Amino acid sequence: MDLVLHSVGGLSLDFSTLPQQLVNGLVVGAIYALIALGYTMVYGVLRLINFAHGEVFMLGAYTALLSSWVMGFTPDAISKAFKADHPLTSSPLNLVIMLLVAMAVCAIIGAIIEFFAYRPMRNQSRIAALITAIGVSLFLQYAGQLFLPANPPPSISQEVNPYQKVVSFVLSPAQMNAAGDVIKPQMDITVTVGKIVMLVTVVILMLALTYLVRYTKAGRAMRAASHDFDSASLMGINVNRVVTFTFMLGSALAGAGAMMLATFEGTAMHPFFGLQPGVKAFVAAVLGGIGNIPGAVLGGLLMGLAETLVTWIGFSQYKDAVAFVILILILLVRPGGLLGSNKVEKV
Amino acid sequence: MALLTLKDATIKFGGLTAVNKVSFDIEKGDLFGLIGPNGAGKTTCFNLITGVYEPTSGDIDFLGTRICGMAPNKIAEIGICRTFQNIRLFGTLSALENVMVGAYLRHKTSLLGGFMLTPAVIKETAELRKKAMELLSVVNLTDIAHSRACDLSYGKQRRLEIARAMATDPKLILLDEPAAGMNPQEKDELRDVVFKIRDDYEKTVLLIEHDMKFVMGLCEKIVVLDHGEEIAYGDPSEIRNNPKVIEAYLGEPV
Repeated sequence: MDLVLHSVGGLSLDFSTLPQQLVNGLVVGAIYALIALGYTMVYGVLRLINFAHGEVFMLGAYTALLSSWVMGFTPDAISKAFKADHPLTSSPLNLVIMLLVAMAVCAIIGAIIEFFAYRPMRNQSRIAALITAIGVSLFLQYAGQLFLPANPPPSISQEVNPYQKVVSFVLSPAQMNAAGDVIKPQMDITVTVGKIVMLVTVVILMLALTYLVRYTKAGRAMRAASHDFDSASLMGINVNRVVTFTFMLGSALAGAGAMMLATFEGTAMHPFFGLQPGVKAFVAAVLGGIGNIPGAVLGGLLMGLAETLVTWIGFSQYKDAVAFVILILILLVRPGGLLGSNKVEKV
Repeated sequence: MALLTLKDATIKFGGLTAVNKVSFDIEKGDLFGLIGPNGAGKTTCFNLITGVYEPTSGDIDFLGTRICGMAPNKIAEIGICRTFQNIRLFGTLSALENVMVGAYLRHKTSLLGGFMLTPAVIKETAELRKKAMELLSVVNLTDIAHSRACDLSYGKQRRLEIARAMATDPKLILLDEPAAGMNPQEKDELRDVVFKIRDDYEKTVLLIEHDMKFVMGLCEKIVVLDHGEEIAYGDPSEIRNNPKVIEAYLGEPV
């Protein structure tokens, strides 16, 4: 009897690949969560949806690539280095430098966007600020088309990318009957080293963020400002500085996500690189409850899982659409998001 | 020199003159009351002083510096802090954190620097925490230091607002209806707190209050506003017997 392949409503579900899909979903979700944090923190403080966040993400990917070129890591150089068994084999140090440069540059870009585009709109209506955000997003996309190369050679050549090496974890071995036929295939999880590194980095970044928001001066000032912008200012908090800081923090996280997606996954870069992850992370932030930091993480992970599960049940062509189905459902059922509060105006 | 001087301070919202040529001086160490019927312009006066609004005309000087048009956080920095008529605490932060946020103004650690765990930052954070706990004890809230501000009772929230304002280490503290919604016993406690702030911490206090018994028993000088105009100034006994004040509150004698 075949225990693995189930036929449910005409769908054939292969449960032996489920653990694998869940792990894939978790990794994708972790990246979404990282981007969603930027949306949610900015919204928390300014009540503004920073639609240019996806473009910051895109610029982060390019920055990481550029920094690796500046350091002399053209794919050729790396391939050669590999062949010669050279010590410069995309060593962790280079990757850390790429990550830090991407984060720092994104933080600065975020601060610049806030200063030139959003600050003048601060006291205007929220819809005006929202339209400005969409404008900045389009501006960066099309300016990117003018100046940035599409499909540039990756920082690490995919043929020799050591982070594409796979690690397997066997969950349950294959079962065979007496005749030697497989009655239950081996159940395992295969992940690339890159994915493991990504997941670990995301966890580290999130722990750092939690510490920062909960226990540091900047974090408390951020929470105070997001609670009541005006009274924070009357208590002597320089709210402009808090806003700049929030943008820098969110953008740095996006930069980290972009660097990892481009480097470890080898996703091809183009000026619209940030569009898809940006929109999905936005949905993730809404799903978790926009303005709520744990909500953004939860929303991101759920989004990643939803995407891979849709693929798993055989609707891979709807993979990108599921985000919007989720968005519509959450807005109908629980507009405040999973962890957000549905605030009722007090009378 | 007076600590705070209002000279013909005026603000118009369209056709409405909310505060019209109000002038008074507050000296260091004063317990100064600002009273008047609803809609007289008392809170608007506070908003002018703390930089929420900029006066349409007239001057507001603090320690000889003109503060009209300064950003609210700058005004807090030079030494004016306030509480609010409608409580505006940072609800999801703990009581202690609320007070700590107030104290950031006098804190050397920069926003980014706070992330680094240098010995200086650790030391300063410990001092900050100690100072915040001390202020909580002034308003008798040590036992709820770690409760979320929004979970506290109304009277406690009002006292927490005072502690938060005190944390900015102001020279002048503005209390907007501190006794509103308090029962008689809470009002007595509040009176002690206000005296303690003035006498032990040497702050100057300007307060708005509707409870006449409370104001008369606390303030040494009182300004009365009605329809944005200043109608009386004096000590409590003068105010109590001023016909204009009686008229504003009770209507014209028949």
